[in-house]
Amino acid sequence: MNPFSSGTCLRDMIRAIRACKTAAEERAVVRKECAAIRASINEDDQDYRHRNLAKLMFIQMLGYPTHFGQMECLKLIASAGFPEKRIGYLGLMLLLDERQEVLMLVTNSLKQDLNHSNQYIVGLALCALGNICSAEMARDLAPEVERLLQFRDPNIRKKAALCSIRIIKKVPALAENFINCAASLLKEKHHGVLITGVQLCADLCKVSSEALEYFRKKCTEGLVRTLRDIVNSPYSPEYDISGITDPYLHIRLLKLLRILGQGDADASDRMTDILAQVATKTESNKNAGNAILYECVETIMSIEDDGGLRVLAINILGKFLSNRDNNIRYVALNMLMRATTLDAQAVQRHRATILDCVKDSDASIRKRALDLLYLLVNDNNVKHLIKELIEYLEVSDQEFKGDLTAKICSLVEKFSSEKIWYIDQMLKVLSEAGNFVKDEVWHALIVVISNASDLHGYTIRALYRAFLTSTEQETLVRVAVWCIGEYGDMLVNNVGMLDIEDPITVTECDAVDAVEVAIKRHTSDLTTKAMALIALLKLSSRFPSYSERIKGIIVQNKGNVVLELQQRSIEFNHILQKHPKFRSALVERMPVLDEATFSGRRAGSLPTAISTSSGAPSNHPNGIAKPATAPIPDFLDLSSDDVPAPSSSGGDFLQDLLGVDLSPTPAPSGADMPPKASTDVLLDLLSIGMPLPVQTGLSASDILSSSQDDKAPFVNFNGLASLSSLSANATSPANAAPMMDLLDGRGPGPQKSEENGQAYPSLVAYESSSLRVMFNFSKQRGSPQTTLIQATFTNLSSNVYNDFLFQAAVPKFLQLHLDPASSNTLPASGDGSITQNLKVTNSQHGKKSLVMRVRIAYKTNNKDVLEERQINNFPQNL
Amino acid sequence: MIHFVLLISRQGKVRLTKWYSPYSQKERTKVIRELGGVILNRGPKLCNFVDWRGFKVVYKRYASLYFCMCIDQDDNELEVLEIIHHFVEILDRYFGSVCELDLIFNFHKAYYILDELLLAGELQESSKKTVARLIAAQDSLVETAKEQASSISNIIAQATK
Repeated sequence: MNPFSSGTCLRDMIRAIRACKTAAEERAVVRKECAAIRASINEDDQDYRHRNLAKLMFIQMLGYPTHFGQMECLKLIASAGFPEKRIGYLGLMLLLDERQEVLMLVTNSLKQDLNHSNQYIVGLALCALGNICSAEMARDLAPEVERLLQFRDPNIRKKAALCSIRIIKKVPALAENFINCAASLLKEKHHGVLITGVQLCADLCKVSSEALEYFRKKCTEGLVRTLRDIVNSPYSPEYDISGITDPYLHIRLLKLLRILGQGDADASDRMTDILAQVATKTESNKNAGNAILYECVETIMSIEDDGGLRVLAINILGKFLSNRDNNIRYVALNMLMRATTLDAQAVQRHRATILDCVKDSDASIRKRALDLLYLLVNDNNVKHLIKELIEYLEVSDQEFKGDLTAKICSLVEKFSSEKIWYIDQMLKVLSEAGNFVKDEVWHALIVVISNASDLHGYTIRALYRAFLTSTEQETLVRVAVWCIGEYGDMLVNNVGMLDIEDPITVTECDAVDAVEVAIKRHTSDLTTKAMALIALLKLSSRFPSYSERIKGIIVQNKGNVVLELQQRSIEFNHILQKHPKFRSALVERMPVLDEATFSGRRAGSLPTAISTSSGAPSNHPNGIAKPATAPIPDFLDLSSDDVPAPSSSGGDFLQDLLGVDLSPTPAPSGADMPPKASTDVLLDLLSIGMPLPVQTGLSASDILSSSQDDKAPFVNFNGLASLSSLSANATSPANAAPMMDLLDGRGPGPQKSEENGQAYPSLVAYESSSLRVMFNFSKQRGSPQTTLIQATFTNLSSNVYNDFLFQAAVPKFLQLHLDPASSNTLPASGDGSITQNLKVTNSQHGKKSLVMRVRIAYKTNNKDVLEERQINNFPQNL
Repeated sequence: MIHFVLLISRQGKVRLTKWYSPYSQKERTKVIRELGGVILNRGPKLCNFVDWRGFKVVYKRYASLYFCMCIDQDDNELEVLEIIHHFVEILDRYFGSVCELDLIFNFHKAYYILDELLLAGELQESSKKTVARLIAAQDSLVETAKEQASSISNIIAQATK
């Protein structure tokens, strides 16, 4: 040993590190060692280079950075002796990976070593190349490796074969160079070479169809023969594993045969005999034998076969499934999953066993079994299986509940032939694992409940009962609260009692209590609390005698730190206090939610546009329909954007809440509204950076009076989650006529534009009893995307409009530029007009037509008026 | 294909890692921590397979050490168990009833053995005897080189006296 060198040997360092009691101590020791190694590297100390590298490898294994030692690997590899090279290559494989630039520097040394006269050095180089080579190195060194496939020593040939796998994976284009050499490896007798050769062929088939064809034609016979020989070979101690000669070779041969037989009846035919022999003769009492059987079953399942072998294969899996060893059961479940596509009937026979596996104590097995069971459920067994699964849900582990719940919900929905069964099962799931239920699942449940009008009473009572026992399940609470809000009266009056029910006496007080519990529960999240508030508002009308108490609860939330709840409670309080007259109309029962729309949205089959939200087209003339994924919370979100200062009267809040102009005049807003998402965007745009209009009594009373003419808006308010305004409209006949007008008024626009070609007709963008807005269009020459719009506003009432302000918003694909208006005063009775120029640039010109949301604010008789309209009947091709 | 081989002690200490697919140092640390948490917490009677990030990890415990190998979804788990056992038997033969300490102080030897058994994430040799023979041959090459070096340094030392 060099007397001048300091530092410790590897063994001492490992001891020192092991002696450390704390992580900090360990870090200190490692830091000291690293410092010493760095110093030694800087001195370019040759004698201790390999020792330093060995230390670095250990340090690296502990997770410390060792990049400073990378160059040392290269130096060791470049030195002449075998010991230095050996440790150098080991360091290279451990400290570097293929993504490091340094690796390129080693290419030359590798090339030399691949041509070295010492076969062990060649072996080292092949090993390093096979483990970490990059695509560039693969390209550079492929010829060397190809040559080594014919090296005299079999141990080099097998290394070269595996190295070739890495090369063709990195550079698939090189595959064809290896096909012939690989085929010749299949004729070898040496097991190592044979194993690696078979593996190389399998990987070649994966990257090159040419190779697949070649091996299929030339090698299938030979491989079958090799497999037969190895299956029938006498005991050979060197390769024997629990009575089987070289199971690894068995497995690789079976795997390659699978690849060759897949999709080729002829090749499959040639291997059926040997597969049958393997499947029947292999001992299944040891792991090695089972591994072969497993591989054999997989091959049988994959190749083209008439079915005789498949019966054999499924039987083997059946035996596996009843095995006591968990490993074997795991692989059986794995395989059965694939077998379901081939022979579902045969797999069905094992259903009971699989169901037991779902309840296994082993998470891996449970997960597999559940996945498999999910595939096995059909109309005939669904009731039984769901019952079992829900029973198991009660006792299953917390971490498994999520998976299990998702699967149960999905199955219940898929096979819900009877509504009562669906509702029953969902209630069970909600009360067992409500916290694991996804949003869309309970939304769907609400839609179904809403549609099952004959079951409303039954459902609400069942929910109430479940609610009393399991208040900690968030989604159960939400659904219960929603239903109590909607059908609270049915709960109290025992409406629609079914024979199967136990009678239950619930007083109005109890119902209010339940909602109060929900809102006061501190684990309730914002959504639940918001839903509870709405439910309370509804109950105040259903149970007038409890109105005062409800008001008390609502008022308690006036000081809530969450803005949403605070605002809502203040608004609701206003409704209760100041507008008892129309409260009952306001909180009427929700119209039946449209199932088709909802499921369509969930499936995402309808096109989504502009915004990325899951919005889908909605034929809502009032523009408050929201994506159904979160019906009720969304209602709250929506209104929170536009609700004016709380000081204003209830009327304008309503107006904003509805987002509509309440005057029942025909307006050019028809059934072909653009996708809802866009209106959201528009709505948002409008509410940003705008002074909140403060309105006073008159407009509110206007609204009230109009609301008496036309109840539709209120119905819509009821339909706050409204999935389809059409159904909402259908419930209010008063609205039918305007609706027709809407449709009629829209007709001529686009037609004319077609006739007139480039000259675009003017458009009555908006007309109410008090105001008319005309749009005149023109195009700038040479820029078809840009449209100039001259807007002309005419006052139709007998009062002068002051502080007239016109605002517009467009979705993202449009760009809007507003010029100043000609005036801000609009004379009465059409006695003059205001004009304002707009410039719109359509980035999707030719694909999408213009759409715009406008908002007009003005003062008349010292009252603020706000009118909003979505305009989407622009001439096409603008 | 085997993506990586991990040897973890029951205390969660890493005893050997071999990566056949590219993982950065950061990812390696994360993988080890994650898998250590999953595997060490599994009960003794459970199956030896864990689904993990779209891969399967096959592990087996020998005394205080967990041998883990990460494979593709369509690989044969039972065979990998057999490969792990194969590796352990070779280690056992080489060290003479191997224990954790052997692998700590001679970790490089364990790597040499692994490199004769696996290459590019595939099995290289199914005969324990062949692996043992190849390792022995290379060890003796190192020994001869060492002897030569020490005899040369002796000569130099004597000459410079």
